[in-house]
Amino acid sequence: MGRVVVDVMPKPEILDPQGKAVVGALPRLGFTQFTSVRQGKRFELEVEGAVTPEVLAAAQEAAVTLLSNPVIEDVVRVADAS
Amino acid sequence: MAAAAGARIGVVTFPGTLDDRDAARAVRLAGAEAVALWHADDDLQGVDAVVLPGGFSYGDYLRAGAIARFAPLMEKIVDAAHGGLPVLGICNGFQLLTESHLLPGSMIKNDHLHFVCREQVLTVENASTAWTHQYAAGERITIPLKNQDGQYVADERTLDELEAEGRVAFRYEGVNPNGSRRGIAGITNARGNVVGLMPHPEHAVEVGFGPDSPSGAKAGTDGLRFFTSVIASLVHA
Repeated sequence: MGRVVVDVMPKPEILDPQGKAVVGALPRLGFTQFTSVRQGKRFELEVEGAVTPEVLAAAQEAAVTLLSNPVIEDVVRVADAS
Repeated sequence: MAAAAGARIGVVTFPGTLDDRDAARAVRLAGAEAVALWHADDDLQGVDAVVLPGGFSYGDYLRAGAIARFAPLMEKIVDAAHGGLPVLGICNGFQLLTESHLLPGSMIKNDHLHFVCREQVLTVENASTAWTHQYAAGERITIPLKNQDGQYVADERTLDELEAEGRVAFRYEGVNPNGSRRGIAGITNARGNVVGLMPHPEHAVEVGFGPDSPSGAKAGTDGLRFFTSVIASLVHA
């Protein structure tokens, strides 16, 4: 069984309200060294066989059509994680 | 006119849609027949216009509207909208229209991270679309706003284009309730048949059940003209 990992992050110029809330909570736990947090999404796509270049290409296409919205997000990684 | 009485407006239900019944009621109060459309069908049943109501289609999983956008009926609606079919997207329906690329930009979580529910004043900026031509440009209306992912965002170039082409249909008045770029509450496509907005006109269509207004408590019916506008545009089409 093969596995492809897709990572999606909010675009740098888009304010990430969730990351902002997290960075606000960290100092309350004593984590004062983190100045910024951005929160993204990780998808794990499984296939029956090996992760071939065709599988990776299909994952890339799925990443930009459904898994991310290019207006607000970037696909930062599509990788074989078998 | 007979044509107005015969207008048939489809209201789409997805799994997780909340406001389809209110939208259908608004359509009927405006004088048209409301036609229930199911997301998994691929038949528009010959409707003259479509309302994509609010709610949380597919639980807002992935992104608001992202999965509903690929529903069989949605593909038909996108094609028909390109052909001029009037389509109104309210709240989740607006998110769906941006995910479908019928309207530019996108919605992200409100800047303050809270769900917001309030009676919201809007300025009508474009009073020449299929859904807004019975308003006056610059008119202020009050309709309910209720959302969590309501912050309208687009890149600066897109925002400049929307402004230059008069495609900002509604702007928040007084307070910007969710951090939307340039206070944008709703936009239209260039042709004026596709309109999307975050606030809910279908909740302000009947005295006794609307926002408070100068004429009395819960007496606001500022949302009704969305629906009478589109019916009139069908008559004159």
